[in-house]
Amino acid sequence: MPPRVVSVSPAPPRARKAGSRLAWIGKCFLGGLALLTAVILGRNLLLDPKLFIQMVISGLQLGFVYALIALGYTMVYGIVKLINFAHGDVFMVGSFVSFYAVTRFELHVWPAAVFPQLPSALVVVIGSLTVMVLSMVVCVALAVTIERVAYKPLRDAPRIAALITAIGVSFFLEFFGALSFVFSPRFIPYQRPFEVVTWYVKDGVHLVSATQAPPEGSVTFSNIFLLIVLASVLTQVFLQFLVRRTKIGKAMRAVSFDKPAARLMGINVDQVISFTFAVGAAFAGLGGVLYAIAYSSIWSQLGILPGLKAFVAAVLGGIGSIPGAFVGALIMGQAEALTMGYISTPMRDAVAFTVLILVLLIRPTGIFGEPEKEKA
Amino acid sequence: MRAIKVACLLALSVLLMFTACAKEPETIKVAILAPLSGPVPTFGVMTRDGALLAIEEWNAKGGVLNKKITTVVEDSQCTPDPAVNAANKVIDQDKVKYIIGEVCSKASIPVSEIANSKKVIQISPTSTNPDVTVGKDGKVKEFIFRACFIDPFQGTVGAKFALDTLKVKNAFIMLDQANDYVKGLAEFFEKAYTAGGGKIVGKETYTAKDTDFSAILAKVAAAKPDVVYLPDYYNVVNLVSKQAKEKGIKAVFMGGDGWDSSDLDLKAADGGFFTNHYSPQDNRPEVQNFVKAFGAKYKDDKGQPKVPDALAALAYDAANILLQGIKEAGADDTTKVKDALKKISVNAVSGQIKFDANDNPVKSATILAVKDGKVVFNSVVNP
Repeated sequence: MPPRVVSVSPAPPRARKAGSRLAWIGKCFLGGLALLTAVILGRNLLLDPKLFIQMVISGLQLGFVYALIALGYTMVYGIVKLINFAHGDVFMVGSFVSFYAVTRFELHVWPAAVFPQLPSALVVVIGSLTVMVLSMVVCVALAVTIERVAYKPLRDAPRIAALITAIGVSFFLEFFGALSFVFSPRFIPYQRPFEVVTWYVKDGVHLVSATQAPPEGSVTFSNIFLLIVLASVLTQVFLQFLVRRTKIGKAMRAVSFDKPAARLMGINVDQVISFTFAVGAAFAGLGGVLYAIAYSSIWSQLGILPGLKAFVAAVLGGIGSIPGAFVGALIMGQAEALTMGYISTPMRDAVAFTVLILVLLIRPTGIFGEPEKEKA
Repeated sequence: MRAIKVACLLALSVLLMFTACAKEPETIKVAILAPLSGPVPTFGVMTRDGALLAIEEWNAKGGVLNKKITTVVEDSQCTPDPAVNAANKVIDQDKVKYIIGEVCSKASIPVSEIANSKKVIQISPTSTNPDVTVGKDGKVKEFIFRACFIDPFQGTVGAKFALDTLKVKNAFIMLDQANDYVKGLAEFFEKAYTAGGGKIVGKETYTAKDTDFSAILAKVAAAKPDVVYLPDYYNVVNLVSKQAKEKGIKAVFMGGDGWDSSDLDLKAADGGFFTNHYSPQDNRPEVQNFVKAFGAKYKDDKGQPKVPDALAALAYDAANILLQGIKEAGADDTTKVKDALKKISVNAVSGQIKFDANDNPVKSATILAVKDGKVVFNSVVNP
């Protein structure tokens, strides 16, 4: 084993003992914070339940996108103990690939060009799927290249070196993308592969018409929201299956547990690591497309904040744990949406990162994480 | 020998004095400081062309005070240092007493310090920052004027338009607290709107990097305003208006000149209004004559007449205001011209212009509408 330089493992118990006499202050503060949050949420829920549900829906939409990104963070961390900061930028590249596919090459309508008799609904579905798959493939290629070029040579170096390299790769992608002949530094209006349709719920589900606003006290949701939820849940199921039931999944778990031993058992460790990066990047690419469709404006630094928040989500859920990343992302989405709704919009990032601090203070291993065992 | 020398010198100096005296009354020199290179060269070209057109028209009518007007054009690069150098050069070397420029506020402010201390009249066509005409100590810079309205003014005009033309009483304000431009517009919109009998039903802030506005828009939907005031740049407008349309929000969106961009998502912003300095589609004779004259003098790459933008119009106005001021002062004396400018009233391309106590023009603003994929002229609102 290489010497440990950085460790994200829990605070040593010694530190806790020393401060235990004054720990009640912190506990009271945290208790007060929890109480305040509960009061704010409860009061607003009673005040206007419809608005509250609307906020929860936008939080879910955000949370499920974060989940797609967080999976990549957590899987890579689980295998190589590397926080892959370039992951958020792979997400950005995913959204740009879909932008070019739609705007330049009109890939979203290719079935109509090849098979003119196809019904338009099917054209949209196949076309959009093609765009998503293309983004995922490009992201996979990018992530595997990054892994080979930047991380693999550092596999046996101290972990801080790999971490700094990851930050470097992240900056490279952001500012290379900002060059005028790459993605340009402008905000680019995103052309969607399909139109957004919104429904409102009041005495049943109705379509929002172009001429009339939805009635008072109704809750609205869109097809994008459904798509994001569906994609995210399917991904989660697929990953559970992949990790628990397949041979490569078994290999991933083995590499995660003990790399040298796995190698001795005849597992091609490098291939498994590349595969992990590829799977994570594919989900980030999908997330990028969905995010761009939902929020419809893209630029070269699009990936920074969603990337960081997904990282917080992964830490919150317990980094290394796949269901943890999912749950953490949903909590982050809600925290953000409810902050926007009931405190103020500029506070949302502050709250998101306060969550990170609180997690590190209270339970550094996250919700689903287990304390890291020192291996001999 | 010595006497001859002295006599020669005397004769020479008399000759020099004579030529100086004889030359000076013939022309009035005006300097144009425009960012012809640097980050915004199109701004500079339009500004120069607009000002030169006005001066040419005055010369065709016989100049001002029976003197021809000559120009010195300097590239000030929208940057403080080159702008200061250019200002020093035209004032000290070319002996210019009147400056039109700069375009950018950050360059106009240092130039205004020099011009004011040397009693040189400066009229900036487009610098909207309040500090251009008022010093940090709160004192008005006596010799500095501008042709454009300042940022807060747009908010006032927007409120007036919402109340008087759209006839709506409930407004929702969305603003980026960290952007002075946005903040200024929003603040004055709110003031004028409530003073005019309107009601602000909600006010929400966001940050410049936000992409998800669903929470704010949920509140907008709940507050049911008639109009949403969003005085930000086009990139934010694109996001917000698109997401609002998808949520079924039917309120009218309004903003300021930050919307004026070829990157504005015209489909998403459809039905919106924004305040701007001028529109070439305005059919007031001043505007149409200007557009015609400009197109006749300047051609684009394809040989088509160029359509002047707001920068050209404001530079044209700035030159006209200056020359009108000199004419009304009746003398080529900056102190007199300054006093004349303070009382002036010019019917300019960008509206009727008068100066207030802070040397900012009180004038009408143009309202543009986004309609069927085009930005079209709607109306002119007077303050």
